[in-house]
Amino acid sequence: MMFARALRPIFFVFAALLLTAPAHAVVEFQEITSSKGVDAWLVEDYSVPIITIRFAFEGGATQDPAGKEGLADLITALFDEGAGDLDSETFQIRLDDAGAEMAFGSDLDAVYGSMRMLADQRDEAFGLLKLAIQEPRFDQDPINRMRAQLVTGIVAAAKNPRTAAQKLWAQTIYGDHLYARPAEGTAETLAAITADDLRAFHRAVFARENLHVGIVGAIDAETAKGVLDDLFGALPEKPDLKPVPDVPLALGKDLAVEYPLPQTTIYMAYPGVERSDPQFLAAYLMTQILGGDSMLSRLNEEVREKRGLSYGAGANLLNLKHANALVIGTSTNADRAGETLGVIKDVVAEMAENGPTEQELAAAKKYVIGSYALNELGSSSAIANTMVGLQLRDMGADYITERDAMIEAVTVADVKAAAEELLGTKPTTMLLGPAAPAAPPVVPKE
Amino acid sequence: MIFRDLLALALSFALAVPALAQDPPPQAEIANWTMDNGLEVVVIPDHRAPIVTHMVWYKVGSADEEPGKSGIAHFLEHLMFKGTERHPAGELDRVVNELGGSHNAFTTTDVTAYMQTIPPEALATMMDFEADRMGGLVLTPEIIGAERDVVIEERRQRTESNPQGLLGEEVTATLFQNHPYRIPTIGWMHEMEQLNTEDATAFYKRYYAPNNAVLVVAGDVDPETVRTLAEASYGKVPRGPDLPPRVRPSEPEHNTARTITLTDPRVGLPAFSHAWVVPSYRTAEPGEAEALDLLSEILGGGTRSRFYQEIVVKTGIAAGAGAGYSGGAYDPSAFTIYGAPQGEHTLAEVEAAVDEQLERLIKDGITAKELDSAKMRYVRSLIFARDEQASMANIYGSKLANGGSVEDITEWPDRIRAVTPEQVQAVAAKYLDPSIAVTSYLLPAEQEASTP
Repeated sequence: MMFARALRPIFFVFAALLLTAPAHAVVEFQEITSSKGVDAWLVEDYSVPIITIRFAFEGGATQDPAGKEGLADLITALFDEGAGDLDSETFQIRLDDAGAEMAFGSDLDAVYGSMRMLADQRDEAFGLLKLAIQEPRFDQDPINRMRAQLVTGIVAAAKNPRTAAQKLWAQTIYGDHLYARPAEGTAETLAAITADDLRAFHRAVFARENLHVGIVGAIDAETAKGVLDDLFGALPEKPDLKPVPDVPLALGKDLAVEYPLPQTTIYMAYPGVERSDPQFLAAYLMTQILGGDSMLSRLNEEVREKRGLSYGAGANLLNLKHANALVIGTSTNADRAGETLGVIKDVVAEMAENGPTEQELAAAKKYVIGSYALNELGSSSAIANTMVGLQLRDMGADYITERDAMIEAVTVADVKAAAEELLGTKPTTMLLGPAAPAAPPVVPKE
Repeated sequence: MIFRDLLALALSFALAVPALAQDPPPQAEIANWTMDNGLEVVVIPDHRAPIVTHMVWYKVGSADEEPGKSGIAHFLEHLMFKGTERHPAGELDRVVNELGGSHNAFTTTDVTAYMQTIPPEALATMMDFEADRMGGLVLTPEIIGAERDVVIEERRQRTESNPQGLLGEEVTATLFQNHPYRIPTIGWMHEMEQLNTEDATAFYKRYYAPNNAVLVVAGDVDPETVRTLAEASYGKVPRGPDLPPRVRPSEPEHNTARTITLTDPRVGLPAFSHAWVVPSYRTAEPGEAEALDLLSEILGGGTRSRFYQEIVVKTGIAAGAGAGYSGGAYDPSAFTIYGAPQGEHTLAEVEAAVDEQLERLIKDGITAKELDSAKMRYVRSLIFARDEQASMANIYGSKLANGGSVEDITEWPDRIRAVTPEQVQAVAAKYLDPSIAVTSYLLPAEQEASTP
């Protein structure tokens, strides 16, 4: 659990940060369809004898029944805890013997699964994955054990002021939308979940119409089609999902969570933009210039490099299926939180008013084009992840070849318009940290 | 250092060090040589994609700092981005960004490393930057002031903002009584506040030279190209004075059990750990470090481990329990076991259950079957590691910068396979003696009535 994570070999940590990429993508996404009609994207690569599969079913924590929040979390902890004729222990021993690593997870909008296996033990590994997908057992012992672990996680985080801050944040910006619910549930809602609830969720969500699959590695298209039929062919055609409305964020609010911490953490949310919006790439480039990956983004330059106020300040576009935002964040010396907030507001106002320079935009375009392969296509798991992500966003397999030209076409005027639109609004701001010192007395002007 | 540099929070690389299993098709040949000025070079070809990982590892870390100057190794790592006469501050970042590449750096107790991931055609440019700042760094008091504030905020963010961070620091400071591993890599706050230009310059001049560094290039490049490019860049950096042998103060005999307790209102779940100083791969008797790696896997390495199966699954006492060993360190390092209770169970019950498992293993040993499974998981993880170019660069870089060789890595799977059940039992009995363990407790501020 959380302790194990801290002690894990460090190299896995920077592997994630460092995965590189070619300046020109050489990866080709093949679109394949199995004889039973299951679609997937495939990248064949035989240089390392492994196969990686990743898939997503649309319908995540938003599908948790009211009063049973945390169900998506709980169910994803149970797919390697017994399936078909195999109880939990037997299943895990078989998986270990098969040389495979299987993982399931969920977020607000989808349930994800993945498996990484040695190519020469493919049949055993896929056989176990098929059982997990089609015939999970949801035996009471593993349910109790996993539920208890999830409750322990909730208890462990309960007194951390960040937990209270996150709750206040979600409830403020999402209001009474399903996104405001705690995806991890509570001790009470987890206790309410039964094996039948889990089976019902599995039936409702695990279907073929809302399924997206990516396969990478030492496997050819014909073999992959057979695997798709085997894994997913027997699932129902249509899912039974509760509709989820889009949610406009509640902006313009000022929030504070007081706690005696050595730093004040600042969170700000501005309006975002949908990925399908024609303005998306302009907004994306603007966010990159404002607070992206460069050490010299405007925010990091002013907050960290020039003033030493923080270890780093950044901005990101947040794109959920039903909500979008531009978020800014930093942690700063508590005594200088007011100064930091002022610097951030100035940087934002300047961008909203004047937009970027030609030079800044040109540099951002180069980065955004070049880094795609670096961030998204650097290893088998990154490629599989990217393929599923694109499918979830209704992008085509040709997206990576068209993307560069779309980015090149964005003008300074486009970016300036995006900046005005997103940053011209009063954000919702939350400060987590010690109480702010009393404001200095206002001196009347002469 | 960029946004989140990778200051090692653990002692050093927990990673014992991989190589490739010999069973699958062999990887392209790894090349390794030393240049005339003393710079050691290793090239790990990987032609799957037009990507190169370029790293320079200096054989200096926080355990090499002068007394009273804690944090200077990591502070200098930050200052290395402040520019030279030829390349002013920000130019490296700009060039790397325009390539779509990424760059970063990290400091551990034993090494300081700088890396970029870039398209192959940019390798010469990166080598030019990196060779340039091997000797040409320009430091001024103005630069130092703002950056010192940055590392101080980094300490507040990483360590002081969470109870686990503070307790971890105290455990290490207690476990090591004489070795400088006891000092946190980021530094003690009161000493960080005093670090100045002279300290940084002196540290830089002493340790940053080709004969105290390892160059690692992994990716879509062949060794001959690397040789040519390295001669044209690093080859022009003069050899530095020979450094004295790297001998740090060593640990006295440990004779007592010690306990650290941290109580904090932010803690919702109590936890404990036991830690011991044990040999690293570099200092161990043959076979002992491999046995310690397998011991940590069998005791607490995941869902098939004894702790998980016995304490989490069968009795349900613990929410989690595990073990860790940082065998990649230059000097003797730490072996740790830990756990946290489940539901109504108490921390004392978890500690007793973990201790009982350890006792049982020391008394009765392990089965051939569980040893075979643990070996298989290790060897498998090495094949999976080949999918990640940067992982391979880190595996080789950390090994070579810590006094090891390429053979240590290529022969490692065979050395793991050769470990016997008796050896695993023997290292547990020899090193994990409860009467000299350092125990930590992380506790909630007040013991409340159990939640409804």
